[in-house]
Amino acid sequence: MATGIKDKVAIVGMGCTKFGELWDKGAEDLMVEAFKEAIEDAGIEPKEIQAAWLATCYEEINIGKSAMPLSTTLKFPFIPVTRVENLCASGTEAFRAACYAVASGAYDVVLALGAEKLKDTGYGGLPELSFTFGTRNRVIFPNVTAPGAFAMMATRYFARYGIDPEEGRKTLARISVKSHHNGALNPKAHLRRKITVEDVLRAPIVAWPLGLYDCCGVSDGAAAAIITTPDIARGLRQDFVLVKALQVAVTSGEELMYQGWDGTHVESTCRAAARAYQEAGVKSPREEIGVMELHDCFSITELVTYEDLGISPRGKAWEDVNSGFFDLDGQIPCQPDGGLKCFGHPIGASGLRMMYEVYKQLQGKAGERQVKDPKLGLTHNLGGFPPHSVVSVAIVGR
Amino acid sequence: MIGILSYGVYIPRYRLSRERVYASMGWFSPATRGYAKGEKAVANYDEDGLSMGVEAARVCLEASKREEVSGLYFASTSLPYLERQNSAIMASALNLSEHVETADMTGSLRAGTSALLAAFDAAVSGRGGKALAVASDCRLAKVASAQEHLSGDGAAAFLVGEGDTLATLHGSFTVSCDFVDYRRTTKDDFGRSWEERWIRDMGYGRLIQEALSGLLKEQGLSAGSLAKVVFPCPYPAVRKKIATRLGIDHSRVQEGVHQFVGDAGVATPLLMLVSALEESEPGDLIAVASYGNGAQALLLKVEECIRDYPRGGWERALSRRAEMPYEKYMAFKEMVPLEVGIRGEEVAPTALSVLWRERKAILGLVGSRCKKCGTPVYPPQRVCVNPECKAIDEMEEHPFAHRTGKLFTFTADNLAFSMDPPALYGVVDFEGGGRYWFDLTDCALSDLKVGMEVKMSFRRKYVDKNRSVFGYFWKAVPVLGGGE
Repeated sequence: MATGIKDKVAIVGMGCTKFGELWDKGAEDLMVEAFKEAIEDAGIEPKEIQAAWLATCYEEINIGKSAMPLSTTLKFPFIPVTRVENLCASGTEAFRAACYAVASGAYDVVLALGAEKLKDTGYGGLPELSFTFGTRNRVIFPNVTAPGAFAMMATRYFARYGIDPEEGRKTLARISVKSHHNGALNPKAHLRRKITVEDVLRAPIVAWPLGLYDCCGVSDGAAAAIITTPDIARGLRQDFVLVKALQVAVTSGEELMYQGWDGTHVESTCRAAARAYQEAGVKSPREEIGVMELHDCFSITELVTYEDLGISPRGKAWEDVNSGFFDLDGQIPCQPDGGLKCFGHPIGASGLRMMYEVYKQLQGKAGERQVKDPKLGLTHNLGGFPPHSVVSVAIVGR
Repeated sequence: MIGILSYGVYIPRYRLSRERVYASMGWFSPATRGYAKGEKAVANYDEDGLSMGVEAARVCLEASKREEVSGLYFASTSLPYLERQNSAIMASALNLSEHVETADMTGSLRAGTSALLAAFDAAVSGRGGKALAVASDCRLAKVASAQEHLSGDGAAAFLVGEGDTLATLHGSFTVSCDFVDYRRTTKDDFGRSWEERWIRDMGYGRLIQEALSGLLKEQGLSAGSLAKVVFPCPYPAVRKKIATRLGIDHSRVQEGVHQFVGDAGVATPLLMLVSALEESEPGDLIAVASYGNGAQALLLKVEECIRDYPRGGWERALSRRAEMPYEKYMAFKEMVPLEVGIRGEEVAPTALSVLWRERKAILGLVGSRCKKCGTPVYPPQRVCVNPECKAIDEMEEHPFAHRTGKLFTFTADNLAFSMDPPALYGVVDFEGGGRYWFDLTDCALSDLKVGMEVKMSFRRKYVDKNRSVFGYFWKAVPVLGGGE
């Protein structure tokens, strides 16, 4: 009988580079920087790493296929290293593989590292998607981009709840304003400027109804975690963090090909969250979760995710947004580090970057951004598109 | 009785005002001033001769069984491919049998009536089945040329066979000669022409008349017995002159399409034939002539079944209308180098073996339907998508192209590269089940509403210039008020 991952593995060290348009840094630089901080934080030597998982998504414009770029960069002594890719959930997938490896008893100390060098395409946004979804889909998928695919969820959300698009955009703007407030406090964030609702509403439209400030940045970055057993962790530090739940849900295809989906939620998030709460023993997420890092690739994604995670009632997340429930001084601070909004989204790194913030928050080391005594932290990644998605939900605690 | 069983026309939604062309380019060619009246129909950026032909054929086949079509003759002087049979692509798009006789007919504006004649020949050949004649053109003309004013885009289709015939064929007369009015080699993007006055008087003026006179003589008919004479000729004075020389009243000369469509090349005589049939009575004799390296005249007799035929298609096709600025037209026709950006230059290669394997799904928009639970799905699946069913390998084919849908959601994307930004796309819920996402075309963001009706249209989804691939697929077209 499966018993889940709860309390079976511990995070003893983490590292995260500054994110941004790092024109003068390659993926090798980013991997070394994240790794150095992680082993120093854990107080271990590189040779103690027994296995590693590397998350990258866009290998074509990045470091290429396979895990060799990680092993050769860090000069690992012929240990098992595996590359993991599951779109925007890649970072959390590497983390999940590393945790399962330790929980199985196969290894004592392992590394999960995510790195992505996005700013070598020569244009804004993610790489052209026609290359991304296979040889048939490039012929039949519409001319879709990430902002467009998520914008369609906003169109549908506004239509379903009878929200005037201009009013709806104001609520969405509030989400981005909150993240920019937090990002401005974070030296590792890419975008560090506070913005106003008016700034958001005045910005050019990227994909109607989403404007520039409804979209996360595009950046380079890397983050890493050292995973071990709770027993070994106790010998290394007192403030290690325990993994409480790790869940992934992947679409069955029904949202895009069957008329059941309502277009105002992400089914994979609902499924992954329900399983994660069960694994972690969380009964009432709104009362128990202390801090969250959500996949705010777009403002509408964050709004819908509040509902999909069962934090806000269906159709009512805007009330929590407007009341400041998710602000840094609110009941469940969300994106305390600035989120994808301010960090940008180097795909393979994002899941581990979120975990880095939650880890620091649980240790009480988040500086100006410190949330008051969180017990449980949650991270969420959403890869693909609302009707065609890969979602990971992780819960960690002390 | 063998004859025309149905017809269909397709006029692209957009119109270019000739006055605007002249206002922009008259400084360079003041002699085109005489043409600067009315408007011409112009293809959208995602349309070409083939895609418009498919649309005309779809209208023509609305009430017919696709499996009964055994021949497809596709005429155009603007075929997208020189090799890779355009009529074979069309047959796949129309979801016809793979045993249809297909032929591309090109090289002369006369090819439109040649295709119609070929369809009649096929229908009477004893090979069985019905034959489809499609004529479509989307001709390029140089900026500031007379042709830029004269030419327009459009398509017409006729289904010929045994059944409830609208019109029967009673004779044809062909004049085939090397009258070099226009010429274009495989190396040319644009045609070259001789002096226009010579073309007008010796080409249109003489050759059309020769074919029509020859037809009447051969049939032992006087011009007065014709209810309508149909021929392409953009010069009003010459039209009158031809009628006078034939001895037919000017009122029986079918009105041209110059003022609102322009000269749609091989399609012009067939478009005019459709407009003639729309107002004809049983027993009417109609002579229809094409022009090009000679001329060709066909004699048709309108039959009783025309009374029950749902007419009005011509008006419907024309009523879908929106203006296109001249600058946009020039960009769409690639007359001006456009900065498409690095994203715009990135086109993923097309795997032609995938296109072959999935041709029904891609070109024909054929999905599947679960025999266990009845759920339709696009693209076709092996495992049923209905979460309550998930039956494996219980599928049958399920075509979607003719089904209307409701727009479930949409966006207007400024990041995606599009020749007509913002890129519009959305999710479509098909009537009777099935959902997928598609590009939207022939509309603007301001036209779109959640829940509105859409119809599918065969289009160029992308163009891969480096690899000579036109990526044909289906887009959704919102049904806008006052025209559909």
